[in-house]
Amino acid sequence: MAESWYLAGFIAVATVATFATRVIPFLFFHRHTEHPLVRHLGRYLPAAVMALLATVFLQRSATWNNALPGLDALLPAILVVTIHLWRRNALLSIASGTIAYMVIVQMNLIQA
Amino acid sequence: MNQPVFRLTLPILFGYLPLGMAFGVLFTTQLEYAWWVAPVMGILVYAGAGQILAVSLLAANAGLLEVFLAMFVLNARHLFYGLSLLGQFRGAGWRKAYLIFGLTDETYSLLTSRPRTGNRQYEQAMDFRITLFNQCYWVIGCALGALLGANVVFDSTGIEFALVALFIVLTIEQYKALGDLFPIVTGAAAAAIAIFLLPAAHQLVGAIVLVSGVLLLQYHRHRNTEPTEGTDHG
Repeated sequence: MAESWYLAGFIAVATVATFATRVIPFLFFHRHTEHPLVRHLGRYLPAAVMALLATVFLQRSATWNNALPGLDALLPAILVVTIHLWRRNALLSIASGTIAYMVIVQMNLIQA
Repeated sequence: MNQPVFRLTLPILFGYLPLGMAFGVLFTTQLEYAWWVAPVMGILVYAGAGQILAVSLLAANAGLLEVFLAMFVLNARHLFYGLSLLGQFRGAGWRKAYLIFGLTDETYSLLTSRPRTGNRQYEQAMDFRITLFNQCYWVIGCALGALLGANVVFDSTGIEFALVALFIVLTIEQYKALGDLFPIVTGAAAAAIAIFLLPAAHQLVGAIVLVSGVLLLQYHRHRNTEPTEGTDHG
C-alpha cells in the first residue's frame, strides 16, 4: 500500500515538474508577445535549437572509439542532407538516412 | 485534416515507438510495478529522457524533492521553447493548455518548422492534432515495451535515428525559410561546446542557455547599431 502511494506521489511530482518547465514562459511572458526581444527569439531560436538538437543527437548516435570514429552516423547524416537538397521530400530523406543507419549498425559494417 | 497530420508526424512515429518501447522494456525489467504504469507515465509525465531517468529514480526510491529537482533540471530547456511560441499559441482557447503540456523537443520542431497559412484557428487546430498524434505514438510505445518486456522480437536497432534525420531535415528547412546561416551555426557550435564541456545529462540545457545568450547579445547589438525605426529626431 505504501508502495502504491509512493508511486502515485512520484508520478504526480514528475508530472508537475515537467509541465512547469513548459508552462512557465506562458505564465510570466504572456503580456509581452509583441516585445521586440520576444519576436527576435521567436524568429531565430527555432533554427538554432534545431541545429543544436541535430548536433547533440547525431553525436550520440555515433560510435567514436573505432578506426573510423563517428562515420556510422555521419554517413547516414550526409545521405539525409544530400537527398533532402536533391528532392526536398522530408519523408524520403528521413527514411533513407534511417535505413542506411540501421543497416550500418545492425550489420556492423564499420568495424573497429 | 488527419491525413496530412499523419504524414507530417510519421518521422516522429518512427522515433517515438522504439524510444517509448525502450522505456517500457526498462520499466518492466528494472521495476516490480504493474505494466500499465508505464503508459500512464507516458500520458501524464510525457517526457522521453525524463521518464528514463524516472526509472532509475524509482529503483533508488528517491525522495520526492529530489525527483522534482531532477525532472525540472533535465527538462529546463523547455523554458526557452515557450518563449518562441508565445505569439503562435495566443488565442488557442481550450487547446492552449494541451499544446503547452505536449511541447516536447520533437513537437516543438514540427510546430515551428511547418508552413502556415493565415488562418489562425485552422493552424492551431492542426498544431493540436500534431501534438496529440505524437503523444499517442509515445504512449503506444510505452505500453508495447512494458507488455513485451525483454521479448521484443523485431530487431529495430538504430530505428531511433529517424529523430536525428528529422532534426537535420528541419534544420535545412529552417535555413531555407530564414535565409540566414547565423542561428544555425550558433546552434551547432553551442552544441559542440556543450558536448565537450558537459556530462550528457546537462548538454542540451547548457547548449540552449548558450544559444539564448548569443541571441540576446545579437539583439542588443542590433538595437545599438541600428537607430530605432519610427523615432522622431525633431
